[in-house]
Amino acid sequence: MAVTEKDAGTEALKRGARRTALLSPRYAGVGALILVIIVLQFFFTNNFHYDVAIKIGLSAIVCVGLNLLIGYAGQISLGHAGFFGLGAYSSAILTDSYGWPPLASLFAGLVLVGVLSFVLARPILRLKGHYLAMATLGMGIIISIVLNQEVDLTGGPDGMPVPAFSLFGWSPNSEPAWYWLVSGVLVVTVWLSLNLIDSSIGRALRAVHGSEVAAETVGVDTTRYKVLIFVVSALFASLAGSLFAHYTGFLTPVVAEFFTSIQFVIMVVFGGMASVFGSVVGAAVLTALPEFLTVLHDYEHLVFGLLLMLTMIFMSKGLLPSLIILIRRRLP
Amino acid sequence: MTLLVVENLSKEFGGIHAVEDLTFSIAPGTIHSIIGPNGAGKTTLFNLITGVYVPSSGSIRFDGEEISGRPTFELAKRGISRSFQNLQIFFNMTALENVMVGRHLHQRRGLLAAMLRFPGSVRADEAARQKASELLAYVGLEQYLGAEADSLPYGALKRLEIARALAAEPKLLLLDEPAAGCNATETQEIDDLIQKVAAGGVTVVLVEHDMRLVMGISDHILVLDYGKKLTEGTAEEVRGNPDVIAAYLGAGAASEAGAASEAGGGTEAH
Amino acid sequence: MLAEFLQFLFSGITVGAIYALVALGFSIIYNASHVINFAQGEFVMIGGMATVFMMAGGLPLPAAMLVAVAIAVCAGLALERFAVGQSRGASVVTLIIITIGASIFLRGLASVVWDRNFHTLPSFSGDEPIRLAGATLTPQSLWVLGVTLVVAVLLFWFFTRTLMGKAMLATAHNRLAAQLVGINTRFVLMLSFGLAAALGAIGGILITPIAPTYFEGGVMLGLKGFSAAIVGGLGHGLGAIVGGLIVGIAEAMGAGYISSAYKDAFAFVLILLVLFFMPSGLFGVRGTERV
Repeated sequence: MAVTEKDAGTEALKRGARRTALLSPRYAGVGALILVIIVLQFFFTNNFHYDVAIKIGLSAIVCVGLNLLIGYAGQISLGHAGFFGLGAYSSAILTDSYGWPPLASLFAGLVLVGVLSFVLARPILRLKGHYLAMATLGMGIIISIVLNQEVDLTGGPDGMPVPAFSLFGWSPNSEPAWYWLVSGVLVVTVWLSLNLIDSSIGRALRAVHGSEVAAETVGVDTTRYKVLIFVVSALFASLAGSLFAHYTGFLTPVVAEFFTSIQFVIMVVFGGMASVFGSVVGAAVLTALPEFLTVLHDYEHLVFGLLLMLTMIFMSKGLLPSLIILIRRRLP
Repeated sequence: MTLLVVENLSKEFGGIHAVEDLTFSIAPGTIHSIIGPNGAGKTTLFNLITGVYVPSSGSIRFDGEEISGRPTFELAKRGISRSFQNLQIFFNMTALENVMVGRHLHQRRGLLAAMLRFPGSVRADEAARQKASELLAYVGLEQYLGAEADSLPYGALKRLEIARALAAEPKLLLLDEPAAGCNATETQEIDDLIQKVAAGGVTVVLVEHDMRLVMGISDHILVLDYGKKLTEGTAEEVRGNPDVIAAYLGAGAASEAGAASEAGGGTEAH
Repeated sequence: MLAEFLQFLFSGITVGAIYALVALGFSIIYNASHVINFAQGEFVMIGGMATVFMMAGGLPLPAAMLVAVAIAVCAGLALERFAVGQSRGASVVTLIIITIGASIFLRGLASVVWDRNFHTLPSFSGDEPIRLAGATLTPQSLWVLGVTLVVAVLLFWFFTRTLMGKAMLATAHNRLAAQLVGINTRFVLMLSFGLAAALGAIGGILITPIAPTYFEGGVMLGLKGFSAAIVGGLGHGLGAIVGGLIVGIAEAMGAGYISSAYKDAFAFVLILLVLFFMPSGLFGVRGTERV
């Protein structure tokens, strides 16, 4: 008797799980993202629109990864533009100066960034709060200075050309082609991230954010997971950097600057910490805004800074989570 | 037969001995209480046993192996888990997910499998979800199955911590003031829960101020004062010890001691 | 050989004194509120830029300096009143982002109200260099060192001898207890932001005759000042000064003997080494986690 009752309970739980699964970010969210990507493209009337959308996609890839680190695991990084820049320059240097195929260069960049972030992660992530912010900031600035000063390799502040991208013979030679490529990579990135969050690793990461000591008492090796997610987020940044280099065709060290790191963090926080789709929204709004409001150009810093402060003061959860809370409150 | 052996354990903070030259042992399958006035070093002792602090000197052996100075997560693997005096809940998750984190050691943890959602990884996750929901029911929190952790009342959070610790399937469970801040009914529920856990074969170590609770359920009591062992023994022995009444309860609290005495006697009569 | 070394040392100490002033600002705000103010560098920039534009508006140098410090103090108070003070109890990440937002905002404001060009100030007392064992020292360097020393002594006096200073230290130590003994901790917070802004602005005014400033000129100075504060031990007064001098001297020596192209990198390599091997800095005390 008791057994069947329990089974019935299990069955109900499973049915409930299945029903919520269809409404979960993994299905509904990714479906909506794909839909937006397809529909949006019908409204594009010129290459400028595509250009903005591609830049949004590339920023979003970085931000989704960075959000795993900042929003989910609760570890700040003010230096991820360094990894973005290393990925970009690996692709640029290996294809342009050494004639490597773009895909091999991209992977070489991933290996470089993976190894570097792994080596740095352990000592850096032992630090907490402001000390962690300072260490990641220092790391990013050092990378940016190296890219600026190694003129023979990178062309220094004047920049360097990057050959076209190609993938097994196919080359995205138009804005729409790049749009589909970047969108595809973004969707995969989002999918992988959602899966990761909803796994034992993802819960361990969120536990690190919630209470490190409590996570440890149930067997979570907090250092290991912090290192893991630091490396994963660095790899996402490197991948986006490589694509960015090929897309723009010309690279300057601005990509690795401190301010670029800050912009990524701002997108994550503005869109909503611990919200994968929030990062996509954050990247979209903050990339598109300056592009479309060119009138504001002189006031860009002013508006950007103000927006950032206001968001953090009045909407500390970020744009998307705050909107969701608002909508839920309206619904019965 | 002993599960945990603590020998000559000391912990110093800038010249102050929080725990000093402490020796005791814990037999498996028992409920063991540690009592003492505020600042006696009870929580420090828990932090030493669970690897949150590294001892200044002395040894801690668990299951026959030296564990002092080992990291907390490694001790969890060996079978030591705990709750906290100041709640350490993952407020960024649901109640169910809090307990699912407790299943961490019993789940596959491959990065690629998780990111690509391999069938094995999905099944393991489902099993963890199932086990966690059973544990929520076990500690009496089935109504909070889908609730966000930050929406739970205080008493429920205390039990959520116990469920999370149990999810790791510990041999030794350390509970730091599980009934603090709870009303009489909640305390009674915690009392029942602890006995249920112990009956399931988990050795329980308890730090608690509620004397009625302590005297009622403990097989063995260790009394600390200023980081040192004042005495140890059964509830009966401790209750009758004049040192305990003088040093711990104080001269004016004799009547309270009497009340605790009665409560303990009452439970034993069953 | 010696002359060269002395020359590097002089320039290191000079810029190090500025870092020390910035670091003191970081530490004062950190003590009062446990906030790292990423807009600290902007106070430095405001100090320099405001003096330049006040002088261009016809004010004599001393008056221009006073007005510049006053402007920076207003910015500091506004930052506390309207941004940081609005977010009491927010997470470290949130507070970091708020002050970063403030720094971007202040840069934007400076570029709009003033301009985007480089500006310099005349030296306070001529440019006749002083020769010392083959090396030269500019009078402005002496001004930097002298003023920094005076400021440090005044701060020491303020924190150890005045009631207000002691109240600030008490608040740093335990805000609730400070409130209970009747200290207006709200005022202490305002005061710490004002004081930090004034220190930054003084640093900015002192350095502008040596290193021209512009609307983004505070970024590196702020970050290096932050490095200095951490090298010395965050929240430690003497540590901030020693940290500033160490970062300044390391930078000057690194630029002189190793590579001038990597001048800016030395401060950050140093900070990483310090964080990796002695995370609480030279004078800091390591806290124990309480659970």
